[in-house]
Amino acid sequence: MQHTTTQDTLVGLFVASGIAGLFFLALHVSNLSSFSDQDSYVITARFENSGGLKVKSPVSAAGVKIGKVTSISFDTKTYESVVQMNIDAKYNTLPDDTTASIFTAGLLGEQYVNLEPGGSEEYLKPNGKIEITQSAIILEKAIGQFLFKSAEEKK
Amino acid sequence: MIQLIQNLGKSTRVSFTKLGRASYFLIQIIFGITSVLVRPRLLLNQLYSVGVLSFLIITISGLFVGMVLGLQGYYTLSDFGAEETLGVMVAASLVRELGPVVSALLFAGRAGSALTAEIGLMKATEQLSGMEMMAVDPVKRIITPRFLAGLISMPLLAGLFSAVGIIGGEMIGSGLLGVDEGAFWAQMQAGIDFYDDIINGVIKSVVFGFIASWIALFEGYDAIPTSEGVSRATTRTVVNSAFSILGLDFILTALMFGDN
Repeated sequence: MQHTTTQDTLVGLFVASGIAGLFFLALHVSNLSSFSDQDSYVITARFENSGGLKVKSPVSAAGVKIGKVTSISFDTKTYESVVQMNIDAKYNTLPDDTTASIFTAGLLGEQYVNLEPGGSEEYLKPNGKIEITQSAIILEKAIGQFLFKSAEEKK
Repeated sequence: MIQLIQNLGKSTRVSFTKLGRASYFLIQIIFGITSVLVRPRLLLNQLYSVGVLSFLIITISGLFVGMVLGLQGYYTLSDFGAEETLGVMVAASLVRELGPVVSALLFAGRAGSALTAEIGLMKATEQLSGMEMMAVDPVKRIITPRFLAGLISMPLLAGLFSAVGIIGGEMIGSGLLGVDEGAFWAQMQAGIDFYDDIINGVIKSVVFGFIASWIALFEGYDAIPTSEGVSRATTRTVVNSAFSILGLDFILTALMFGDN
């Protein structure tokens, strides 16, 4: 059994390049570097209908991603959808009269929460609630209303 | 007819006996781990022959697989005007499936067959019984270091395979076919989740490393000590490893990616 230093060096290089490959995947390929759960705060919003919104859907303001949806649950008393969001701690100056609406990226794209800042002087606190919300637009519902309306007009 | 049933029963019994021996062998390997920790030099030598010598085939195959994914993905996606999602497609298919599976298959062909042949020949030339005569446990001295080397090398090789493949896909996609480089990486980072995709891929490759090394070592240890027996054992290693890896991959995928 030969104990050469070249062999040790090659093993070292192999392990180092393997770990470098895994690091490359973690930092450059996945979303690990772009958004971390540590420095964030939670806000909740109640929607009449949260449509196709999913956990991990993006939360954005002015088109910039500032957080993500962490949980969606159904309130059995008010029959509303309660959406909890993690907002990056950097963006802690959202006014407390911010409007939350559920939009669709593109015609058939995924749904996301859009936050429209209001004019209040007070900022939203961690665990704060967004009072003004606008539900998701359900395409079937919109088409149904449109058809109903055009049938009414013809009469 | 009676003969047929008899043969069926016999072969069932033989295969269960073999599974039993393999399980006992695995327990022996696991109990040998402590003695390897005392002598890390044994492990280092095996990391060289199992890991370093597989390095080249893994990286070159990874590069070509990534390049092919880039080309094929581009042709299909550009029909829908969705070339920008090429990054997600290449990265997701490599990290989730192709990285662990193809590198495990290559590993079974490159390192697994070598391990079986080496240990089978050691048995045929009575080196293993020689060791027993000298009160050296061949499982602790020969088998366990090789098993651990396979277990450590496999995730590293799979990670390398995926990383090199993504670079290959990027070379073809944005270098040759003109997909926007920023969109390529941004879509990839938005679409690939660290825990769901990358950690699960690493778990897969550890499982495959475990199963491929176990099969290779057991077939070598269990080989009939003749030249024909060793050649048959080597064939069985590659065939059984490929079956187990692909079968397990299905089960693991169903468990990991089932709920979303």
